[in-house]
Amino acid sequence: MVVEVEGLRMRYGSRDVLDDVSFGMERGRVVALLGPNGAGKTTTIEILEGFRRRSAGRVAVLGVDPAHGTEQWRARVGIVLQSWRDHGRWRVREILAHLGSYYAPYSTPDTARPWDVDDLMAAVGLTDQADQEVRRLSGGQRRRLDVAVGAVGRPEVLFLDEPTAGFDPEARREFHDLVRRLVRDHGTTVLLTTHDLAEAETLADRILVLDGGRIVADGTAADLAHRLARDDEVRWSVGGERFVRSTPHSTAFARDLFAVHGEDLADLEIRRASLEDAYLALVRQAESGQRVAS
Amino acid sequence: MRPGLARGAIELRQSLTGPDLVGHLLWPVVTLVALALLQHRDLGAGQSLGAYALPGVVGMFVALGMLLDVQYLSADREDGTVLRARAVPGGITGYLVGKLVTVSGTVGLYVGVVVAGGALLIDGVDLRSVDWVTFTWVLLLGLVATQSLGLVLGALVRSPRSAGYVSLPVVGLIAISGIFVPLTALAAGWQAVAQVFPVYWLGLGMRAAFLPDAAAVAELGGSWRPLETAAVLGAWALVGVVLAPVVLRRMARKESGSSVAARRDRALQRVG
Repeated sequence: MVVEVEGLRMRYGSRDVLDDVSFGMERGRVVALLGPNGAGKTTTIEILEGFRRRSAGRVAVLGVDPAHGTEQWRARVGIVLQSWRDHGRWRVREILAHLGSYYAPYSTPDTARPWDVDDLMAAVGLTDQADQEVRRLSGGQRRRLDVAVGAVGRPEVLFLDEPTAGFDPEARREFHDLVRRLVRDHGTTVLLTTHDLAEAETLADRILVLDGGRIVADGTAADLAHRLARDDEVRWSVGGERFVRSTPHSTAFARDLFAVHGEDLADLEIRRASLEDAYLALVRQAESGQRVAS
Repeated sequence: MRPGLARGAIELRQSLTGPDLVGHLLWPVVTLVALALLQHRDLGAGQSLGAYALPGVVGMFVALGMLLDVQYLSADREDGTVLRARAVPGGITGYLVGKLVTVSGTVGLYVGVVVAGGALLIDGVDLRSVDWVTFTWVLLLGLVATQSLGLVLGALVRSPRSAGYVSLPVVGLIAISGIFVPLTALAAGWQAVAQVFPVYWLGLGMRAAFLPDAAAVAELGGSWRPLETAAVLGAWALVGVVLAPVVLRRMARKESGSSVAARRDRALQRVG
């Protein structure tokens, strides 16, 4: 297990921001923490990053409690931060070489640290910007630089908090490709937070839905769709008259329709319950206080 | 440590090239010009203002390095530079070493400009008669004392805006520290206050290095008081060196992605 969380609780004053959160992550997996704003995603990931102290519960990242992580531990963990205007006057090559140099003492025969700067820039597609000042990069290029900075120490586990907030669709797709390449080529374990269901669906092997400080669902996108699925909607008409029916077995239902009405059946339409509908329903339900057992 | 030195070298190069250099040179040059214009004003005891004040100005610029620390630290926390350092193994140490190199280098530039300019423009300043041994130890001890205190102050202020407020008392302190007017001309109460802080002793130590021994009669007690200078600067250096790691570690612990994001939102609101 790369990440183990058990009974994690975070309390501010009398309010529980996280309430009994438990999950584990295996090596080489991509897990998304999905949930609306204020669900506790950022708090969870910052506790795992070692940036925030928890109120109670057991947490281990690479077998170490992040609250007491040594520099040795820090060298094995990558964090993709949202840059704003820090290091604006540094050149891309300069900042990557500099931040990479901190990892050199932690190089092992298995994992050469840091990542070679030219290879890294090629991997994130910043080779042409190598000698450009950071403040002159476009928004998308800057985020690629953020990923490069997070990955420069060849981390075993990579944390990304809302990595694509404010992206246009093109930049978002590029970013997803980049994360997938990191996982495929280097076996990196990735935990990301997002409030975008589509992002969780495309990137993650597993989705944890967090709402109101609790995990309300846990599984693959298909699992969630299956578990949360509501009935499909079937519409048809016979002799000009229109009908609508909700059913969990839409295919069988359609077969019956053909058998009964034959040539008279027209305007047949089946709408599958989308994962999006299911997710929104789940969040609505959780917020109205009815917890879904997961 | 080594990444920190490299970091300092890179930042120093950035801050001493391009438009930033003009900003850095502005204050030493303006001060020099003012001194050169007023240099012949007589202070009594056969001393002219120019030759008397120049060493004090050197000490003042060493002390002003403190404000550079405060500014850098608050700005770097707001824009996420400190958080980036925190995400890297040994990053905070590297960041602080880098900052010390950057600020000390900048202070070195100020001191160089003031000393070289003073030798050219101000009568009675003769670099051949300077006691360079005294100059060196006062400079080094003064740098350690003021830099470590600057880092502590920088860690305590909340935002670049409050960094501005910190500069007010420092400027006030300079005004009562005998840089431009001998301390003996001030009321006893102010004299006592000034002697608690390092600025006065930096000025005194520099005067001891630059001025002939006979000029010591104008000082409190009629002496350069080198032992007291070393003791007070040393005490501040000790306080700073002990306090700085504690305060800075506490500061770094509070940095996280969400705290930087919150500050960013506030800063953008100020602009918008």
